[in-house]
Amino acid sequence: MAKEKIIYQRPKSLKKAYTHYCPGCGHSIVHRIMCEVFDEMDIRGITIGVPPAGCAVLAYFYFDVDMQEAPHGRGPAVATGIKRMLPDRVVFSYQGDGDLAAIGTAESFHAASRGENITVIFINNAVYGMTGGQMAPTTMLGQKTTTSPAGRNSIIDGYPTKISEALALMPGTAFIERCMVTSPASILKTKKAIRKAFEYQREQVGFTMVEILSPCPTNWKMTPLKSLEWVEEEMKKHYPIGVLKDIKAQGKESNAE
Amino acid sequence: MTNKVLMQGNLVIGEAAIRSGCRFYAGYPITPQNEITEYMAENTARVEGGVFIQSESEIAAINMIAGASATGARVMTSSSGPGISLKQEGISSMAACELPGVIVNIMRGGPGLGNILPAQGDYFQATRGGGHGDYRTIVLAPGCAQELADLTMDAFDLADKYRTPVILLADGMMGQMMEPVVFRKPKPREYRTEFSITGAGEGKSKFIKGLILPAGDMEAHNWKLFRKYEEITRKETRAVCEINPDDQAVIVAYGTASRIAKGAIKRLKDQGISVGLFRPTTLWPFPAAELLRVVRGGTKKVLVFEMSTGQMLEDVRLAVQGVAEIDFYGRPGGTVPPPVELANVIARRLTDKKRVFNHFE
Amino acid sequence: MLNKAIFSGFGGQGVLMMGYSLSHGAVKEGLNVTFLPSYGAEMRGGTANCTVCISDEEIASPITSTPDFLIVMNIPSLYVFQNRVARGGIIFMNSSIVNVEPVRKDVAVKKVDCVGIAEKFGDARMANVAMMGKFLRETGVVSPDSYLQGLAELLGKKKKGILEANANVFNAAFNG
Repeated sequence: MAKEKIIYQRPKSLKKAYTHYCPGCGHSIVHRIMCEVFDEMDIRGITIGVPPAGCAVLAYFYFDVDMQEAPHGRGPAVATGIKRMLPDRVVFSYQGDGDLAAIGTAESFHAASRGENITVIFINNAVYGMTGGQMAPTTMLGQKTTTSPAGRNSIIDGYPTKISEALALMPGTAFIERCMVTSPASILKTKKAIRKAFEYQREQVGFTMVEILSPCPTNWKMTPLKSLEWVEEEMKKHYPIGVLKDIKAQGKESNAE
Repeated sequence: MTNKVLMQGNLVIGEAAIRSGCRFYAGYPITPQNEITEYMAENTARVEGGVFIQSESEIAAINMIAGASATGARVMTSSSGPGISLKQEGISSMAACELPGVIVNIMRGGPGLGNILPAQGDYFQATRGGGHGDYRTIVLAPGCAQELADLTMDAFDLADKYRTPVILLADGMMGQMMEPVVFRKPKPREYRTEFSITGAGEGKSKFIKGLILPAGDMEAHNWKLFRKYEEITRKETRAVCEINPDDQAVIVAYGTASRIAKGAIKRLKDQGISVGLFRPTTLWPFPAAELLRVVRGGTKKVLVFEMSTGQMLEDVRLAVQGVAEIDFYGRPGGTVPPPVELANVIARRLTDKKRVFNHFE
Repeated sequence: MLNKAIFSGFGGQGVLMMGYSLSHGAVKEGLNVTFLPSYGAEMRGGTANCTVCISDEEIASPITSTPDFLIVMNIPSLYVFQNRVARGGIIFMNSSIVNVEPVRKDVAVKKVDCVGIAEKFGDARMANVAMMGKFLRETGVVSPDSYLQGLAELLGKKKKGILEANANVFNAAFNG
């Protein structure tokens, strides 16, 4: 009998469940690669997650790790409370663009400013998904949403928010990378970034965040394939992919002064 | 007498929290409660693994204590009216998720920014849940420094017992005043680890949530919370009665107002007028049955005295059920009337047979 | 027996310290006491004041409309509070600064050269303790021993010399 080798299966940290995410949504990809990282690092049993309000609010039905719900935008504050009580656990806050860059900007900004040793997974899909496609802080100029029906206008609606660039300026942050999940190569790159963020957290390097440009075909009113193209062709222009900050690469052991 | 220490009310709360094993405190400065935050900054280290965070906002503070509470730690935050308004989102969330925690409100004059003087205008906010959704919080109302100590300790025990946020409702005068106090030995903590998340280890993962999308399940959760609130109402209602058979009326007052009432009662006694005091120390659950018993026992006149414009008055009306005549006197906005003023009001109202209920003199 | 006193003066004159140290002395004697400071805007440059109630029974109200004793360390305090003093009460005036007369004729007035006494022992900042010496001499609310014990505890962390100087000022005013 020929030797069989498992080359692909459900990660142990991912619950056996059908997700409620739309076809072509980036959330399920990100969930999966996060769980692969939990398995590879063998940290499922010591990881505590904080899901957001938004499409990923039910993330505890998918992640097989302990989770504590947070009100809209307050993930980094809840995660701070958990991490300070259990400093040896791996704590992450999973947030969308409205959650992190609008209603919860203060909590994100100050968790980063304090250099909380937590990891934030930031899903940027340039739109409010769960509520039905309203304008997000990260909505692109000219992008049509239900609350910017003529397209986002900088004079009326302001500019798309670049939160990763802003947080990278702060001394408390240790690692920030912007990724996307549009192709096998970019997904693998995203997974590497997520792994690095969690490794840094375990080494107590400081606040880590991975921003992921993620497709939302339903609210963008595009096919899944077209939405992947839109990320690569439009979103990437305003939100360049790459490492925004990595203090270890700069030769520092941690964010502590 | 030597075990009595003279301490400012705000510090008494801090010390009682530390002695109760409060491991996590997050807060944001606001007058007139800053001394609590400062005391916790200095003293949380006395508790093993104790953590203090000066948060960026009241919203962050309440959510930080929610996170810490989810891990099984005893937690507290404190503020005054404007900050307590900001915390409501988190208090509602903690009630929904059944997370214990102590929230201290050292009330000041309001609405809006108001002023920093003692007032009792946050009664509705505290006793009606305060945030969105169908929930209640236990509300404890201390009337002296000794009760600040005792009720702070009770607040932690009650929060654990019922897995619910508990509000300690005092005002600027309670917070700033110094009185001698004795700290009792705290009860050993009983809190089951199954309610906490600490990482799944090798076992099954858990989650704590308040989002319940199907109507039937949400209704079931609401009824579950309701049954808990009913149990609290049955078992935890508290009031202090100072009633005499020849009382011509009974004053209902809590916190600082009850101290003024006591002073007025002494003055009236010197004038030959006997008046009793009914002082709730739980505002929710309100001691309705206890008050009804008092009025059924013969007191036919009830005077509600508040440092607000008639909030507890509504609970008194519900409790008294028309059995006795109810009158009201209030001074909101940071005015603390001296006992002589209240005594004069009561004396006039007891002699004026034709008086119709009126908020104003 | 209930004694109610209001202490008032400029911020920085040690007005709150007077009430606080008196309260400490009362606790030493096993008495009930309430110490209520004014707080907030008044702390910053205006008139500071505090109310102290001392009794061997439960103290009902910590605020008073008719104090038995008023201690004024500056002129504005006299104008603010003199009409509140109970008939037959005592107004203590820091005569080093307060060079006006009260309008009340139904109360006793005691003038104390607080700054003068304090300066004899090297530091005008002990004027408040000089006033406490005279206050306790006239009122006997707590014994001088209890007061000095309480004061020693409050000053405990500071240099021993400071306590000695304060005790000297107190005794000079008490016996003077």
